[in-house]
Amino acid sequence: MFSRTSIGRGVAWAALAIALALTIFPFYWMIRTALTPAADLFSGSTALWPQNPTLINFSRVLGLVGPEEARAAGGSGAHINFLRYTVNSLVYSGSIAVVQTFCCAMAGYAFARLRFPGRDLAFGVIIAALMVPPIFTLLPNFVLAKQLGLLNTIPGLVLPSLLMTPFAVFFLRQFFLSIPREVEEAAMLEGVGPWGMFWRIVLPMSRGPLITIGLTTIVWSWKDYLWPLLVGKGEDTRVLTVGLGVFLQQSPNRAPDWTGLMAGSVLSVVPVLLLLIFLGKRLVESLNFSGLK
Amino acid sequence: MNAVGTRLDAGVAQYPALTGGDHSRPRRRDDRRVGWLFLLPVIVGFLVFYAYPTVRGIWYSLTDYSLLNDPSYVGADNYRQLIDDEQFWNALKVTAYYVVLNIVSQTALALGLAALMHRLTRSVVLRAALLVPWLVPNVTIGLLWAWLLDPDLGFVNRMLGSVGLDTTLSFNSPLWAMPLVALVNSWAYTGYTALLLYAGMLQVPQHLYDSAAIDGAGELRMFRSITLPLLRPVLALVLVVSLIGSFQIFDTVAVVYGGKAPIPETRVIYYYIYQQAFTYFHMGYAAAVAMVLVVVLGLLTVVQMRMLRASRSDLS
Repeated sequence: MFSRTSIGRGVAWAALAIALALTIFPFYWMIRTALTPAADLFSGSTALWPQNPTLINFSRVLGLVGPEEARAAGGSGAHINFLRYTVNSLVYSGSIAVVQTFCCAMAGYAFARLRFPGRDLAFGVIIAALMVPPIFTLLPNFVLAKQLGLLNTIPGLVLPSLLMTPFAVFFLRQFFLSIPREVEEAAMLEGVGPWGMFWRIVLPMSRGPLITIGLTTIVWSWKDYLWPLLVGKGEDTRVLTVGLGVFLQQSPNRAPDWTGLMAGSVLSVVPVLLLLIFLGKRLVESLNFSGLK
Repeated sequence: MNAVGTRLDAGVAQYPALTGGDHSRPRRRDDRRVGWLFLLPVIVGFLVFYAYPTVRGIWYSLTDYSLLNDPSYVGADNYRQLIDDEQFWNALKVTAYYVVLNIVSQTALALGLAALMHRLTRSVVLRAALLVPWLVPNVTIGLLWAWLLDPDLGFVNRMLGSVGLDTTLSFNSPLWAMPLVALVNSWAYTGYTALLLYAGMLQVPQHLYDSAAIDGAGELRMFRSITLPLLRPVLALVLVVSLIGSFQIFDTVAVVYGGKAPIPETRVIYYYIYQQAFTYFHMGYAAAVAMVLVVVLGLLTVVQMRMLRASRSDLS
């Protein structure tokens, strides 16, 4: 590869390095700002390392210092209940990812392998829902949650996406279609029923696509903003993205509390980085897998 | 995966007894009950949170409904109002502008990035690093770039100033706001898109490059004559999925203005629907605007189906 021209190879590596730098630098600047005392921002230094690094922004964002001291350090006195919001985010995205993947796998298996009247019609109707943009169902779903008294409750947050999305059903069905039938025929001769077939044979064979769809679901629901904003506005059901948005709105109007906001942003990225550190390889591989589709 | 599936099915087809269709009677009767049991959770989820809301949404679009009192039927009034609503047309225009800017920059950058990775390195660490912006919520990304692009103190404008440029790049500048929103979202999703395209490139047989190299083809030539044509199906899929996704931009716009309403130049259709429904409590009108979006995305999905069908025939 590129063995012919080492100059071209050098240029290509340089381009890749620039792309990587452009990807990572904004995050570095986020951390750098979070470590800068609010008053120092106005000196306008663009030095890579702050002159008087401090952790005060983190402690005031977390509410570890009194409101007086927080205001003195440039904040509004508002803080982020980080632990609470993170737990809420985990409950929200974790439960959706697990339950939805499982239910959609069951349906995908039925659509791919079981024969019963009405199957193809049901599949067609569910796939047609791919065309409906989320905001269209979001308005009536909000009204429904309100009428059922589910606003500011965990069930209200998770229910609409807990059981299914059309895409996951479609994706898993496509994979199950590709499993060789011989495997199932052999098991059937041993007297394994449909449930045993699904649970003991098909699911273990499908680890790749299940992880792909599960991880993708967890990432997208971790990033969710609009639905949790509408349904989980209360302190007890606020997820991390909504918490950060609320903190932003409490920031002083004229000169936003940038050091505090960046400290909050750094905190909100920590769980993501942990995910990347522990699951990085899996995550990258699962994207490779979805590219095969 | 389709290609693989087809191949396997063809292999099994030599054994008629193994392919479905002529199972014995008892098994077929069994599936009838079990099949619907397997579908039960998904059917419940579908009926309650997709089908029922869709019907209700269509009904709301024909009513005057403020959330506080019951909806009252007004026929096509909301739709008639849409025709004269300049803000609605502006929102559609702004969204289309965003979609074009975003798709072009994101796809072009991702294609370049994927090609570089494909020909240079298989490093997992590099790929994981490029994935970071995709993992981070749009709220954090909007906030981060609102700070980087702050007119007075932001890093970007400081740097522009220090090299003697007096342009201010800001989300509050009518000229720059939308290009900046598009660039920020491209920044967030280019790595992810590049990895999808890279995965597609891995499917291209290495021997094609080897024999091209023997024939004396350069890297650019190989990209144009081997990578690009063989990547077409994956590229088409990625393009159409991100096209439909980018119509639904909301979070970034909602956050870069600090929770206040965006300037008209960036008030995208999703934000307009949100504003009508939850700021002005015009639920019926919001539903009508959302219906227009359904139609637009429906048309795009039809195009998507066409392209995917075309790309499947490419594969065989």
